[in-house]
Amino acid sequence: MIQLTNVHKRFQLNRSEIVAVDDVTLAIEEGEIFGVIGYSGAGKSTLIRLLNGLETPTSGSIMIHGQEMTTLKGAGLRNARQKISMIFQHFNLLWSRTVEENIMFPLEIAGVKKSARKQKVKELIDLVGLTGREQAYPSQLSGGQKQRVGIARALANDPEVLLCDEATSALDPETTNAILDLLTDINERLGLTIVLITHEMHVIRKICHRVAVMEAGQVVEAGNVLDVFQSPQADITKRFISQVTDTGDTDAAMAHLQEESPHGKLIKLAFIGERTEQPVLAELIRTFSIDVNIVQGNISTTRDGAYGTLVLQLVGDAAVIEEAIAFLDANEVKTEVLIHD
Amino acid sequence: MIEQWFPNVNWDKMWQATGETLYMSAYSTVFTFIFGIALGLLLFLTNPGQLWANKITNVFTGAFVNIFRSIPFIILIILLLPLTNLLIGSMRGPNAALPALIIGAAPFYGRMVLIALQEIDKGVIEAARSMGAKTSTIIFKVLLPESMPALVSGITVTSIALVGYTAMAGVIGAGGLGTLAYLEGFQRNRGDVTMMATILVLVIVFIIQFIGDFIVKRLDKR
Repeated sequence: MIQLTNVHKRFQLNRSEIVAVDDVTLAIEEGEIFGVIGYSGAGKSTLIRLLNGLETPTSGSIMIHGQEMTTLKGAGLRNARQKISMIFQHFNLLWSRTVEENIMFPLEIAGVKKSARKQKVKELIDLVGLTGREQAYPSQLSGGQKQRVGIARALANDPEVLLCDEATSALDPETTNAILDLLTDINERLGLTIVLITHEMHVIRKICHRVAVMEAGQVVEAGNVLDVFQSPQADITKRFISQVTDTGDTDAAMAHLQEESPHGKLIKLAFIGERTEQPVLAELIRTFSIDVNIVQGNISTTRDGAYGTLVLQLVGDAAVIEEAIAFLDANEVKTEVLIHD
Repeated sequence: MIEQWFPNVNWDKMWQATGETLYMSAYSTVFTFIFGIALGLLLFLTNPGQLWANKITNVFTGAFVNIFRSIPFIILIILLLPLTNLLIGSMRGPNAALPALIIGAAPFYGRMVLIALQEIDKGVIEAARSMGAKTSTIIFKVLLPESMPALVSGITVTSIALVGYTAMAGVIGAGGLGTLAYLEGFQRNRGDVTMMATILVLVIVFIIQFIGDFIVKRLDKR
């Protein structure tokens, strides 16, 4: 569906050169929600703008539906953009137009007749849940409602691809979840391919099928969201995952426990998929004569299943502890020894 | 009672002069609005990074705007006499004042248009581009509507300045309240005529400001 091959983008800024996108090769499948995560300055904003020609790559190829985007110009590019729509962090609505007129704007650009425009706008307003607010101006809407208008506007010309540029970064957590649910719904109902960029792992975890992690212009890791959660390779990926798994004071709690009973062994368990729903811990305690302190626990649900971590302190005979760890390994629970005494 | 306070005022002349002032101000405001927006758009769109980014056009337009904004109006009228003669076919009367009024005010207003356009959120322009909008669509459906309150308050200020300029157009016999106040009032030492002319100019200015503020309030949905 979308194929990027060896894409580079360099900017010239006051005689110094900035490499925003550095040799990126990615394939995005039709109908999936593909997330790109990275800190600001990682090049993800530039990457997403390459997909609809708002930026042109210095070198490389970008194919969307068999169409090479990098050679498109003028009317060809404008027509292609009607099928690759975009929503924005700051919504970018026209304040001078009502909700209805904002959603109508892309239809005007596409030259749709007035009666057909009215009909389409009505459908879209129902789809995004803004019925009754048609005549409101953007200044009278909340952030979440503005983004709903942005989404309706982006869907007006029945696009094949929806690009989301930090679409939830300006919203509070509750509104973020509502917008993410709406995006999932649209993806499932309309079969739309969604490419989103974000710096929040929560967004990736909640709605994406696959993820690419960007750092300094490069894609350092890519794959299924659950796989990446399960065994992150790059350091930056681990940092992003800890955004949604760490509560923040784990380190302090662990240090405290080590002081209290220095003979224990701290281990971190990772449960994936169905394992999160089985009572492995109960079996462990029943089978082995050791004490188990729960330090911290967490379950994150991704689209393809749950991912849980549990930090335990095992206190008891060293040989028995080894056996216990072997038992856990045998039960497909990933274990990682954090601190030895 | 008014006859007592303004004994020397010839009301026929006074109303005629008011009409001339209104005529010159109205026409020059309309054309200043059109040409000023064209100049402002050209300045904005040829800026680096904009849709028509073009350094030569940008510098050239900028220089034109600065030169004509700087020439004192009274001198501009005289400098433009040959052009006026060519365009209007006469060097005298209210019509003869129009080219100088417009050429003096349009660059001034063009700068205001540029500032108004620069205030528009760049994201909105990007959004329109991402939808596949043509440049003409971006101009008429994004840039102008989104900056309209600033464009209207700018033309209000400019229009009031133009009322002042019309007074100077007296040097080419354009008429109007300024000329009347100078010739009938000051030179003949009839203070009441000058006073009446001043009151009428003030009334015109207040009405323009009121209309401008009213329209801005209606347009601004932010």
